Amino acid sequence: MTKVLMNGSSAIAEAAIRAGCQCYFGYPITPQNELTEYMATNLSRRKGCSFVQAESEISAINMVYGASLVGVRAMTSSSGPGISLKQEGISFLAACELPAVIVNMSRGGPGMGSIAAAQSDYFQATRGGGHGDYRTIVMAPSSVQELADLTHRAFHLADKYKTPVMILGDGILGQMMEPVKFKHEAPAEPPIRHDALRGAKGRRSKFIKSLTSNDTELEELNWSLFRRYELIKKKETTYETFLADDAELVVVAFGIAARIAKGAIKTVRSEGLKVGLLRPVTLWPFPAEAVQELAKKVKHYLVFEMNMGQMIEDVQLSLEGKGEVSFYGRPGGVIPTPSEVARVISRLYYQKGLSK
Amino acid sequence: MLIKTIFAGFGGQGVLSMGLNLAQAAMLEDKNVTYLPSYGAEVRGGTANCTVAISNEEIASPVASSPEFVVAMNQPSMIKFQNRLQSGGVLFINSSLVEAEASRGDITVVNVPASSVAEDMGSPKSANMVLLGAFIKKSNLASLSSVIQGLKGTMGKKQKQMAVNEKALQAGYDLF
Repeated sequence: MTKVLMNGSSAIAEAAIRAGCQCYFGYPITPQNELTEYMATNLSRRKGCSFVQAESEISAINMVYGASLVGVRAMTSSSGPGISLKQEGISFLAACELPAVIVNMSRGGPGMGSIAAAQSDYFQATRGGGHGDYRTIVMAPSSVQELADLTHRAFHLADKYKTPVMILGDGILGQMMEPVKFKHEAPAEPPIRHDALRGAKGRRSKFIKSLTSNDTELEELNWSLFRRYELIKKKETTYETFLADDAELVVVAFGIAARIAKGAIKTVRSEGLKVGLLRPVTLWPFPAEAVQELAKKVKHYLVFEMNMGQMIEDVQLSLEGKGEVSFYGRPGGVIPTPSEVARVISRLYYQKGLSK
Repeated sequence: MLIKTIFAGFGGQGVLSMGLNLAQAAMLEDKNVTYLPSYGAEVRGGTANCTVAISNEEIASPVASSPEFVVAMNQPSMIKFQNRLQSGGVLFINSSLVEAEASRGDITVVNVPASSVAEDMGSPKSANMVLLGAFIKKSNLASLSSVIQGLKGTMGKKQKQMAVNEKALQAGYDLF
């Protein structure tokens, strides 16, 4: 497969089709309409596949719930306000141990906010968002190539752990075009989970439900989910480091902000400042062990986010007080420049006396 | 090397396809490239712009706060974007439509009579390709053959339009 120039939203859609996504349900919202549009054109043409533009976001997530119940790979996508509406459905998916992929190409908030790119949905994505004691795996890609790669992985992990998986992008990643190479071909037959509800011929009927009046049963479900989440933490935590080995100061950033930070770090490195980067690729599970490992050598951290400070809490929790954390953020859909972040890094570096 | 260009003009002048074709060409030449269309609540006939970043290394941000090049297909775009140019940057102007002069003294201005050249060729819609031809000749960001190869990819089977576009690119390229 050669490289193609594609925008991020379309790349997610193409990668989903190649991962065997059989059903897509969505309701339009900027800045991710290219995803819905791509699915309308391309998924609906495939044999046995369905594209439905639902009448609302709530309807779309419940269609995903239904598709997942019968064992097919299903996906929905939206942005900020639409993702808020889907939270009940995501909680139900988690309760029923059903795989699904949910894409949030987030935009400026709160409320209807703006259609510009922002990272203010971190809390919502990583803390569950809906009601009840559950987690969702959250992926934070930072390029169009990674959007494609992580979409493929999201479907795999959703099935493997029977859990909803969220891809947290942003408006810029969705709109921006970059060369992308798809590493997988679409399967001839989309994968079906055979433990799903596909008719009870030859076996006893079974139920998949999230309501129970049996306390013991519900406690056991929560324990079972908890054990699975612990396994996910152990096996699926992913992150990237850049020039962190000799760093005196480490910038922690995710998604598009990590890319901007990387550019800033290259600039300050050329001026001799020992600065590195930690980029969580999975936001949940958060790479707490990687932070603890860094804390053995690095005392100063700068968390950089396109919000007013959300991931910073995970960095502080992971450090357990073993490092000093500063923050720089731009909320409301403003895209900081690499030179702006470079100035912040340099200022902090000298303020903390790291240049000595 | 990291070079950022903003293409701007009226909606319908083909400024997005100028950027897209440059991005395609850069990809074919194995460079790192990002293409970012402006998006917002726009109206038909309103302004449009896109940003193309081309580099040998990873590109940190697809946004251009101070681009090396600005291509202005009309006067409002010239006025809006000339101040964003880096000192020492180059401003390409569709001189057939832009009457005002650039007000900065620290930039280089390249006047390209793109609309007149396109009209003389009998295809006024291809003014964008005339300017793109001139742009790649002056900027050396991609070769003409890569742009044509990329264009073939995006145009698909539209042979007639392909020929018109290729001719317009060549005409712009030969202006300098």
